[in-house]
Amino acid sequence: MTVKDLCDKLSLTVLTCGDRLNRETNGCYIGDLLSWVMGRAREDAAWITVMGNINSVAVAKLADLSCIILCEKASLDEDARAQADANGIVILSGEDPAYELALKLYEASKS
Amino acid sequence: MQPIIKTYVIPGDDFTHAGEASGKVKAMLKQLGYDSDAVRRIAIAMYEAEINMVIHADGGKATVEIHPDRVELTLQDSGPGIEDVELAMQEGYSTAPDEVRALGFGAGMGLPNIKKYTDDMKIESIVGTGTKIYMLVKAGKTS
Ligand SMILES: Nc1ncnc2c1ncn2[C@@H]1O[C@H](COP(=O)(O)OP(=O)(O)OP(=O)(O)O)[C@@H](O)[C@H]1O
Ligand SMILES: [Mg+2]
Repeated sequence: MTVKDLCDKLSLTVLTCGDRLNRETNGCYIGDLLSWVMGRAREDAAWITVMGNINSVAVAKLADLSCIILCEKASLDEDARAQADANGIVILSGEDPAYELALKLYEASKS
Repeated sequence: MQPIIKTYVIPGDDFTHAGEASGKVKAMLKQLGYDSDAVRRIAIAMYEAEINMVIHADGGKATVEIHPDRVELTLQDSGPGIEDVELAMQEGYSTAPDEVRALGFGAGMGLPNIKKYTDDMKIESIVGTGTKIYMLVKAGKTS
């Protein structure tokens, strides 16, 4: 599944790097504590979080995550937006809480 | 073969640039053709040590040695030091202040992550003098 498919199936809004949606995505990790994410999330996972700061962008980049999904319309800092665009990190935004997003992601990955 | 040696200055209390050195090392290793799983582990371990210097020690210096079969990293600071290294290594132990917890740090998982992702790590720390973290990750070229 590509990030574009995920974006369509979960009705997400693209906040950064709209030209990078062809990246493959596989699985998901939910969490807001950065070291937990770095320790547990797998490569290519979509990361569902409320942390829209510049450090999240660094984590997504270093841990090879496929995208950041800000759940419940959590806000994205301006410097994080700029950093993500400069570093090729896709950030998406959704209205649903993390649990609903993960359920939809699971359904999407099966079809 | 001579190793490639790079050094980076890590500024203290600077969250905007934190991770830049790790990002550069990651990009360089990738370009040199090192195996992607090892590169990812090195990048995360280095970032954890880098961000620890930013948060806990007002910055420091990172040295990276790239060998054909391994990458060795040393991150050294002149911060407050760690009183009880064994305790600091435990999952969940953190002295991070509230303002950095609000940014997502302070889970007390950074040092355990370094241990998990490296093949060897050593911490030398003297209270009032500083901390030196050495890490080794076995890594080879895939191409
Ligand atoms: N370079 C350092 N200088 C001084 N103290 C340090 C340094 N690195 C780590 N420590 C101490 O060790 C503790 C544990 O570090 P660790 O990286 O595991 O967790 P953390 O940084 O508090 O939180 P997290 O990494 O999960 O965001 C820190 O809270 C701090 O007290
Ligand atoms: Mg830490």
